[in-house]
Amino acid sequence: MTQMALVIDLNVCVGCHACVTSCKEWNTSGWAGPLTDHRPYDKDPTGTFFNRVQTFEVGEFPRTETVHFPKSCLHCEEPPCVPVCPTGASYKREDNGVVLVDYDKCIGCKYCSWACPYGMRELDEYQKVMKKCTLCIDRIANDTLPEAERKPACVLACPTSARLFGDVHDPDSEVSMAIREQGGYQLMPEWGTKPANHYLPRRKTRIQIFEDELERADNPLKKEAPLPAAEGETLDDVSF
Amino acid sequence: MHPAFSVIFLTTLIGVGQGLFLALVTGQVYSLANLLQPQDSIRFYAMGSALSLMFLVAGLLASFFHLGHPERAWRSAAKWRTSWLSREIIVLPLLMLFVALYGLVHYFGLTTPLFTIQGVISVDGSLILGVLGALAAFALYFCTAMIYASIKFIEEWHSPLTLINFTLFGLSSGFMLAAAFSAWSGVDLVGFYGTWAVIFTFAAGVSRWLSLRRNHNLVHKSTLQTAIGIRHNQIEQKSQGFMGGSFNTREFFHGASAGTVRLVYGFFLLAVFVLPVLLLGASYWLASPYLPVTAFVVQYLGLMAERWYFFVEAQHPQNLYYQSMA
Repeated sequence: MTQMALVIDLNVCVGCHACVTSCKEWNTSGWAGPLTDHRPYDKDPTGTFFNRVQTFEVGEFPRTETVHFPKSCLHCEEPPCVPVCPTGASYKREDNGVVLVDYDKCIGCKYCSWACPYGMRELDEYQKVMKKCTLCIDRIANDTLPEAERKPACVLACPTSARLFGDVHDPDSEVSMAIREQGGYQLMPEWGTKPANHYLPRRKTRIQIFEDELERADNPLKKEAPLPAAEGETLDDVSF
Repeated sequence: MHPAFSVIFLTTLIGVGQGLFLALVTGQVYSLANLLQPQDSIRFYAMGSALSLMFLVAGLLASFFHLGHPERAWRSAAKWRTSWLSREIIVLPLLMLFVALYGLVHYFGLTTPLFTIQGVISVDGSLILGVLGALAAFALYFCTAMIYASIKFIEEWHSPLTLINFTLFGLSSGFMLAAAFSAWSGVDLVGFYGTWAVIFTFAAGVSRWLSLRRNHNLVHKSTLQTAIGIRHNQIEQKSQGFMGGSFNTREFFHGASAGTVRLVYGFFLLAVFVLPVLLLGASYWLASPYLPVTAFVVQYLGLMAERWYFFVEAQHPQNLYYQSMA
């Protein structure tokens, strides 16, 4: 079975929101659009987004760390939002594990949003249907695109490559190796939703230097005798 | 959670409709066992069923206001295998059908016994429909409550007490309405229905008190630490990713001040559990038809406040991601 997913490296994310704008641009004009806005140039602008970047401050000054946290649908392997849908508009694709909403079947009852512990679904205030990240299904499942472009818009936009995309069920994929080797974790594991998306934790890069590496034990100068000390004026001091 | 008035009206109105129908069937069963005087088919049972149906229809109408696309509501019966909402949408019209048929059978006087059990209990069409309808009414209480109780991470709702509360509140308000209806139409069943209404109100008081206490002491499983996966005791949100709010901040936060919540809490305790019982008690001596009617109206208003509080009480774990705007 295939389960496509994102792996987001919190150690690399700089919180530039490029994934947010790229996602909005691609999806508002594509298959899953429009992602409507309300008062976009006014006070209190609001609208539908598939992807948000939040910022958290961890610790107490001066020992603080700023963590930028991109937040989009996790495409759970046990999605709690799917079985509660009364119409079957919400479904999980068999072939690649992406959780999608059929806008033509959705009645806008919002029950699926209640059933998502992460708050990843948003009701479109104009179209009155539930919207959520599609993992850019119209890119990743589009065979007419060159292979390198069959990735979600957010992944292609990320300037620091903080977002990896691939099949988390394939043990040899880039994402599986990143999860395995760099401590990838899931959000709210306590609910058994088995999110497919993983996050890579912040990692401290420390260089370990030993004393003998700073001062070379085999320094050839050390083996010579002390340099001769000054013993009065030499010929160089007096001649001009 | 944000309390939507459409859902408050839906759950309280159909609760009353179901309870009233159960009260009518209870009355019929009691009179069958010669514990009560048999009542007039048309004036009592047919009119009572019509009243119950009115509440059910009003609840159904209210539910349409909750939907973004009410014209597609017919689709919602599709996933009855997995969704409690879908099951509710199937059982509600079924109950309405039974209530309508029950009323019609009484209205047209089709109550000649079809057969008798052991020569004592004469079973007619209305009794069969009544029992089937009663089963549907209990099934509907179960489905409605399970919509809330089945979401395991809204821990305030995820409890058998939610099922018990929905059922008992529906029964108490339904029997209260039956008492009011009896008093209004001059039927001598005010005492019978009033007693049951008080018993159900008392039972609902006990179970609601248990759930209030449970929710007060609840320790949520999810924390900001599990939500973003960072192990540190001190995490502060600096940005939500937007400035003007989103669906997440509108749907999952009630936005009411602590004072309003306390006021509604006090009001529903008084209006659901105390005032109706006092009003019904007073009607024993004053015998005024207005007192049971007032008791029902007061309890219904109280139940709307209770349902509002039920939503306000619930803390959705997604709120952890929307703690401060900074």
